[in-house]
Amino acid sequence: MNNIVGLFRKSRNVLEKGGITPVVEEKMRCPSCKSYETKRAVAKNKMVCPNCGHHYRIGARTRVKALFDRDSFQELFANIATVDPLEFPGYAEKMERGRAVSGETEGVLCGTAAIRRQPCAVFIMEPQFMMGSMGSVVGEKIARLFEYAEENQLPVVGFTASGGARMQEGILSLMQMAKVSGTVGKHGENGGLYITVLTDPTTGGVTASFAMLGDIILSEPKATIGFAGRRVVEQTTKKKLPEDFQSAEFLLQHGFVDVIVPRNEMRQTLERLLRQHGGKGAML
Amino acid sequence: MRAYERLQAARDAERPTARAYIERLFSERTELHGDRKYADDPAVIGGIGLLGEIPVTFIGIERGRNLEERIQCRFGCPMPEGYRKALRLMKQAEKFSRPVICFVDTSGAFCGEDAEERGQGQAIADNLMQMMALKTPIITIVIGEGGSGGALGLSVANRVYMLENAVFSVISPEGCASILWEDAKLAADAAECLHITAEDMTEFGVAEDMIPEDFAHFSRMCESLKERLVLDLKGYSRTPGEKLAEERYQRFRKLGRWAE
Ligand SMILES: [Zn+2]
Repeated sequence: MNNIVGLFRKSRNVLEKGGITPVVEEKMRCPSCKSYETKRAVAKNKMVCPNCGHHYRIGARTRVKALFDRDSFQELFANIATVDPLEFPGYAEKMERGRAVSGETEGVLCGTAAIRRQPCAVFIMEPQFMMGSMGSVVGEKIARLFEYAEENQLPVVGFTASGGARMQEGILSLMQMAKVSGTVGKHGENGGLYITVLTDPTTGGVTASFAMLGDIILSEPKATIGFAGRRVVEQTTKKKLPEDFQSAEFLLQHGFVDVIVPRNEMRQTLERLLRQHGGKGAML
Repeated sequence: MRAYERLQAARDAERPTARAYIERLFSERTELHGDRKYADDPAVIGGIGLLGEIPVTFIGIERGRNLEERIQCRFGCPMPEGYRKALRLMKQAEKFSRPVICFVDTSGAFCGEDAEERGQGQAIADNLMQMMALKTPIITIVIGEGGSGGALGLSVANRVYMLENAVFSVISPEGCASILWEDAKLAADAAECLHITAEDMTEFGVAEDMIPEDFAHFSRMCESLKERLVLDLKGYSRTPGEKLAEERYQRFRKLGRWAE
């Protein structure tokens, strides 16, 4: 169940042709504890280092596989496409690269899914697509998801990962913060449950809007979460900031995160919370 | 004028700050302080006053009129308690059915260790969601720089006006140029690319109208602004609170451009 080893199998044939070890048996070095583990072992552990618990960043669809009931995910709003409203220099190329690197068409994946047969509406931001930055399409897809959830009496589970508002769409990106916050509010007014899961990194305009608006705010361990970038803060304050500044643990300590949940316990945590909010619809 | 010249004009130290508008537009003022949670942020001023004969709640981001004031209010960069103070005054306005008039003039919310510790992001997020549902009219006037999320935190309004040279931007052109082109000196190009002028805002539906500047005749300029605000508020006076919130929601709901 929820095995994501397949993540590494895609490229197997290419590598095997040269007589190299199957890719899943290759070792990868943990950037945190520097230990070597096979890709299979890391993937089996949901892309968490079995030695030190370092959480690798994972793509949106990998997260779907790792977390939700098999084949329960139904994508929504995939037809909403990005235009280049300001004809911003280099934007088209950046979009192209984002597509190639992530395999997604935009910075968020939306849909419905189930955890132990409990249905929910989900959005998962894609850190590999232009750093999960939020332009018109990301905003519109998440706004529609909250409306869809409201109509269908579904709880929303949202995974944030974003560098903030996407500057290539200028003020239109900034306005998505207000727009999505408005739909979060409406869903909530009607009794809807919204659980946010902050993942690395959640910063800028996403932190200053729907990331911080969950009824319950969970976070993956050690995720960077903040409004201003660390470098900007260091420049303003002219002093070296503590190592854990803007980490999930820092936010927990200051009262802005409810619980830090390791990826391996995320499914059962969400399952429990959904169940305790009324099972199926998690609504009154 | 090109976008970057507009930005320079918007940042001009001689330009009237929020306090100047508040003093000209509202009579019988009582300034209120504090967020009731942590502190009073001098970068966000607010209180109750009369606009003509209408009691209103006014809230403004203050840059400071001299160096001493500027340092005190961190050159108009609010702390989380500033946004929480604004929200407290807005909820109070809602309770007593007073309209809210906001003045925006900031390069952005304050970036600092303490601001992060006290939840700058959470404070702005809360304003966005709560302002959207506020059952009383909100009018925002961008009088200078509308810098990113820090400006948006007071701009979830039924109507937004831009002064002629005011700007509104997702990121400072300097920041944009240094991230994209690793050269802050290309800020003028970035300003052009980002589309930050009052005309741009009306085109995108982010602002309703542009207000001509005439700082040489500031009283006259404020007099006509006052007439406009009175007219707006009279127009809202028969609209139920629920409908005002719904109109505000719809105003933002349609923002953005995409294809499908
Ligand atoms: Zn490790």
